[in-house]
Amino acid sequence: MSINSKALTAALTAAAAVVLVVALGSGGFRHFDPALLGYAIGSVLAAAAVGYRFTVWAERPPSRMYFKRGFELFLRRPAVAGVVDRGPAASAPAPAVPHGAGTLGSALARNFVAQEFIRQRSSYRWIMHLCLSGGCTLAFAITFPLVFGWVHFESLLDNAEMYRVIAFGVHLDTFSIHSVKAFLAFNALNFSAFFVLIGLVMAGWRRCTDPGERATQTFAEDILPLILILVVAATGLALTVSYKFLGGHGHGLWAIVHMASVVALLLYIPFGKLFHMFQRTCALCVSRYKVVGAAGPRARCRRCAGDFASQMHVDDLKTVLDELGFDYRFAGPRGEVHYQDICPSCRRGLLALNQGRSIGR
Amino acid sequence: MRPAPDDLEFFLDPSRCIGCQACVQACGECGTHRGVSMIHLEYVHRPTGVQTAPVVCMHCEDPTCAKVCPADAIKQDDRGVVHSAAKPRCVACSNCVLACPFGVPKMKAEIDLMMKCDMCYDRTSVGKKPMCATVCPSGALYFGPRKFIEENRREEPVNEFQFGRQTVRTKVNMMTSPELKALPFDVLDFLPWEDKDFDPFALARVRDGAPDVAQSAVWDEATAGKRCSGTCTCH
Repeated sequence: MSINSKALTAALTAAAAVVLVVALGSGGFRHFDPALLGYAIGSVLAAAAVGYRFTVWAERPPSRMYFKRGFELFLRRPAVAGVVDRGPAASAPAPAVPHGAGTLGSALARNFVAQEFIRQRSSYRWIMHLCLSGGCTLAFAITFPLVFGWVHFESLLDNAEMYRVIAFGVHLDTFSIHSVKAFLAFNALNFSAFFVLIGLVMAGWRRCTDPGERATQTFAEDILPLILILVVAATGLALTVSYKFLGGHGHGLWAIVHMASVVALLLYIPFGKLFHMFQRTCALCVSRYKVVGAAGPRARCRRCAGDFASQMHVDDLKTVLDELGFDYRFAGPRGEVHYQDICPSCRRGLLALNQGRSIGR
Repeated sequence: MRPAPDDLEFFLDPSRCIGCQACVQACGECGTHRGVSMIHLEYVHRPTGVQTAPVVCMHCEDPTCAKVCPADAIKQDDRGVVHSAAKPRCVACSNCVLACPFGVPKMKAEIDLMMKCDMCYDRTSVGKKPMCATVCPSGALYFGPRKFIEENRREEPVNEFQFGRQTVRTKVNMMTSPELKALPFDVLDFLPWEDKDFDPFALARVRDGAPDVAQSAVWDEATAGKRCSGTCTCH
């Protein structure tokens, strides 16, 4: 296997960026907790692997095309999108094209936060995924700032029951360890584990009972991430049980197991199913691509003349196919005909027509 | 005893289709399809006849749909089955829908997910027939041992198609003439504008009012008839 130099650069840059933000956020490592070194090393390695994988993926011709077009279309508003010649068959006017920021904001809110597309697929899966993604996001949002030394707690010199919260060297808040605020802060990771466990139970039930999933699922892609998340959540809760109810018994062991499971999960992210959290950034570009394409010139099938896609999409796909080494061009007396200029419905008809012709029917 | 999955093959003969739609109804019953029918039942040339043709995924050896997927969501397994888009990854861009040479993938816009025929993976992976082949009464869709086809059909199965300069090899077989080793695709004979400049809006005007204008490939015979070579089935 050859090393992709561009991806290697991205990997090293991502790893260096994590080290840099740790150094800057922790005041030159002054507030960095050495006990959390394993988590930090895991984060650096995971960042490098994500950087490598993301670059390799984003360099593929179709991904590259969407990212390139996405950036172009987000930055400019098609000035004449509403007056493009859409032909006599298009009775409805072209839809208005919102500003790129509007499309981006809407796509972020609907796809990433509300995850509407999953709700449309199944309410069960929506709740399951919200619990898993919400719980994991909350856990990472708490853990990373603590591991990186961005946030730390100090007790007051004259009152050990009062805690100060310091973020990036700035005093943010002071609270009593008996306050509701302290309860929420100290148990936030337990709350996240609770949400994650609900999601895991739902996911496990689905994996065991859904005939479609059972037929197509694989251990590495579908089961392993659930096991890893389960181990992280369970060992995290075991730490709380240990210091709350067992007087710290086994805390050291659980701490090591928990750290190992978190590092394993971090290192799994770039190589397995969970990488989709990065791949879905492409959906943002696609959302803009669709909005602009719907308002722009349309492609008409060269067989039935039906409007079947945006001309931009058809043209870009021809470029992508060329880059991938596919050549669906037919030589004709008046030049070439590209199969991309024929709609999918007509392609299905042509399959039957050509088969019928071949057997004389 | 149930045959081993790898001893069974899919054979498609659209010319045998009687348009009963049993395959369309059965397709949705498959566990991996979740009530969505993946098969296409296409009218070959609606203005002049009622001939229909079932179109299932041909499961290309080098699937164009998977190659053009920006999210790397379409996977081919060890047995050569090309699956529906992975649900976490699919970004609903429709690249696969537009790029498939057989016009197979379906974009379910309401759920932002591409779904396609996966040869009823929950069934065929354990040696059962796909739902469509189970119910097809005319043998247009047959799933079974190659020996049966060789003994009972005049036509020969091929799994190679020539789309212009592109050769596509598939897991699914198409019944064709015994003289052919690959099914050559002719497009130009079926294009109504072949000997003149393409004017999509002229074609669009004559299509107005067609009952299935949004779905089918139809055109006005007065505009298109003379341009056919005479050897195709549109006559």
